[in-house]
Amino acid sequence: MASSVIDDAPVGLADAPARNINMIEAINDALDIMLGHDPTVIIMGEDVGYFGGVFRATAGLQEKYGKTRVFDTPISECGIIGAAVGMGAYGLRPVPEIQFADYIYPGMDQLISEAARLRYRSAGEFIAPMTVRSPFGGGIFGGQTHSQSPESLFTHVAGLKTVIPSTPYDAKGLLIAAIEDNDPVIFFEPKRIYNGPFSGYYDKPVEPWKTHPDSKVPEGYYSIPLGKARTVRQGDALTVLTYGTMVHVTAAVCREKGVDAEIIDLRTLVPLDIEAIEASVEKTGRCLIVHEATRTSGFGAELSALVTERCFYHLEAPVERVTGFDTPYPHSLEWAYFPGPVRIGEALDKILEA
Amino acid sequence: MAKPASKGKASAPSAATPTADVSGNADFVLHSLQQTHAKAPRYQASDDELLKFYEQMLLIRRFEERAGQLYGLGLIGGFCHLYIGQEAVAIGLQSALDADKDSVITGYRDHGHMLAYGIDPKVIMAELTGREAGISKGKGGSMHMFSTEHKFYGGHGIVGAQVALGGGLALAHQYRNDGGLCLAYFGDGAANQGQVYETFNMASLWKLPIVFAIENNQYAMGTSTARSSAETEFYRRGTAFRIPGMDVNGMDVLEVRQAAEVAFKHVREGNGPVLMELNTYRYRGHSMSDPAKYRTREEVQDQREHNDPIERAKKELMDRGRSEDELKDIDKRIRAQVSEAADFSESSTEPAPAELYTDVLVESY
Ligand SMILES: Cc1ncc(C[n+]2csc(CCOP(=O)(O)OP(=O)(O)O)c2C)c(N)n1
Ligand SMILES: [Mg+2]
Repeated sequence: MASSVIDDAPVGLADAPARNINMIEAINDALDIMLGHDPTVIIMGEDVGYFGGVFRATAGLQEKYGKTRVFDTPISECGIIGAAVGMGAYGLRPVPEIQFADYIYPGMDQLISEAARLRYRSAGEFIAPMTVRSPFGGGIFGGQTHSQSPESLFTHVAGLKTVIPSTPYDAKGLLIAAIEDNDPVIFFEPKRIYNGPFSGYYDKPVEPWKTHPDSKVPEGYYSIPLGKARTVRQGDALTVLTYGTMVHVTAAVCREKGVDAEIIDLRTLVPLDIEAIEASVEKTGRCLIVHEATRTSGFGAELSALVTERCFYHLEAPVERVTGFDTPYPHSLEWAYFPGPVRIGEALDKILEA
Repeated sequence: MAKPASKGKASAPSAATPTADVSGNADFVLHSLQQTHAKAPRYQASDDELLKFYEQMLLIRRFEERAGQLYGLGLIGGFCHLYIGQEAVAIGLQSALDADKDSVITGYRDHGHMLAYGIDPKVIMAELTGREAGISKGKGGSMHMFSTEHKFYGGHGIVGAQVALGGGLALAHQYRNDGGLCLAYFGDGAANQGQVYETFNMASLWKLPIVFAIENNQYAMGTSTARSSAETEFYRRGTAFRIPGMDVNGMDVLEVRQAAEVAFKHVREGNGPVLMELNTYRYRGHSMSDPAKYRTREEVQDQREHNDPIERAKKELMDRGRSEDELKDIDKRIRAQVSEAADFSESSTEPAPAELYTDVLVESY
């Protein structure tokens, strides 16, 4: 069923010319390339066509590929995701956008009961090769309906893949891989770092992507395999497992404090690069997990369990987690809520002193 | 002329003939309320009533203008949706409610609905700036405001979700047999959410006392109704559920009020839900950052110049003998009231960090 015309395309163009772009441009580029390569790729969502997306991720694509390939939908998340499942089963490769992750819930039934389960219950005969793109995460004063990090609701569901890029380079390569993947992928884009790698020091100006090495994005097609973590920084003092915006926040705090951390950007939560995690924790003997999402049953709980199960005899200190509080995302007090430099710094001290 | 702006159809705005035209609706059988309304489309307001409507609409306008300024100054953050242009809808409908019995619920564009109750602008503005003194203690923000005192059930950021809640409020009115009805507002964009139709069916099946009020301001963010909706005559959308519809000029407070009289009476008599489409227009962007590429300046200007609900009421007041000076004094008083609210909202404190953990569950934890 549903095979993409570029299934066996090369996995990279090592010597392609590159330019420095931000994350939105990288996502736009990936979508552009996939629309160009594969006539079954279709983009749909609220305000993605005519308007080019509220964050401009689909800007120009309707003009270039026409209204049958890139189109606006009514505000009907359940219908959008349900339609994508059916389109996928019939051989298309839809890339629906859910405008904010906070609006994905009306589509949960279609994602969990249909998209995630179609392959299993048809014994592999029907699949749902769709990629749901959605901006997620906080730090933009969005309050409870524009700031959530619901990734663990999806990692908990067998049959879905969950991908979260943290740089323009990764965003492009991972999005291409997600679209080519023959399973349903939830592709969460950390909107706080669309325009620059936010450091968590909210009172300092954000450095733009252009000056960051990971904003150098090759032109043309390349993909980054799902399930491979990225070592952001090698170090010996401890391992930090993180993803999305918190990659940059953690890196900034470690820089500030002079901590020789090994920072691992998971990039995909499911499938998870457990080998990379194990290798690093065995080397450092200490592990800190950082995510924005609420703590209880967050993805950090899974990571902590895995590290404890697999690396117990290498651990020199208990695994620590820095997460969002177990509350709705607040309207005021955003920086008291956000798991920023202060909380990460305290956790680093604690784990290194242990 | 029912539609204040072209719904993808050619129609020039005109104040002359209100919502009388039901021709071409032969396929729409449930228009008895529409016909009743067409016979006497405008509410016979006393001079005092009209003045009150005018003041209330003007308060919303000035409040929203100020909120826009505070946003520009960085005192309001995140998302903030102004009601400018739509004032006649909230005032026309809510003035017809029975304040002791009826409940109201709406979406995120909710400042006007709060003000229509006469709630102190200070606590509304302080909610926008996220301060402790705000009506939701700064925890809800612009989109999430409530008043149990007034049976105002919010203020909801998720598009369309409040409609189903409104069904539940109506069911509770019915169950308690308290004689109240629920007025559930939503937008033209929200009208495409599936749960709206689940609610229509239940409400009609169980004859719930609910008025569905679609504020059709022609756009959902950057999407015009014509680009998102198979049926842009929203008042017909209850047909399949046997819910009578009313197509109302939402730019004339007296027409809205009269339509409310007709609709509320029908619901109070135990006949089940009514669907009202209030045709209106938002002058400002969807939220505060809106490049407005989806419509022309001329379109907005045309509405402002020819169809403004406040100007219409003002002209009518002057025709009835109110002096320009008297109306100017009213404006001055309202501006002072709004300034006071703005000062209050700037000077009150942020919630204490411990507030992050209150009201998550009934117990503190
Ligand atoms: C479930 C959900 N999907 C999308 C959004 C984003 N969103 C907020 S307002 C809006 C447009 C709604 O338009 P309409 O219902 O016409 O109301 P208006 O803004 O015109 O008052 C959209 C798409 C949301 N808040 N919730
Ligand atoms: Mg609208």
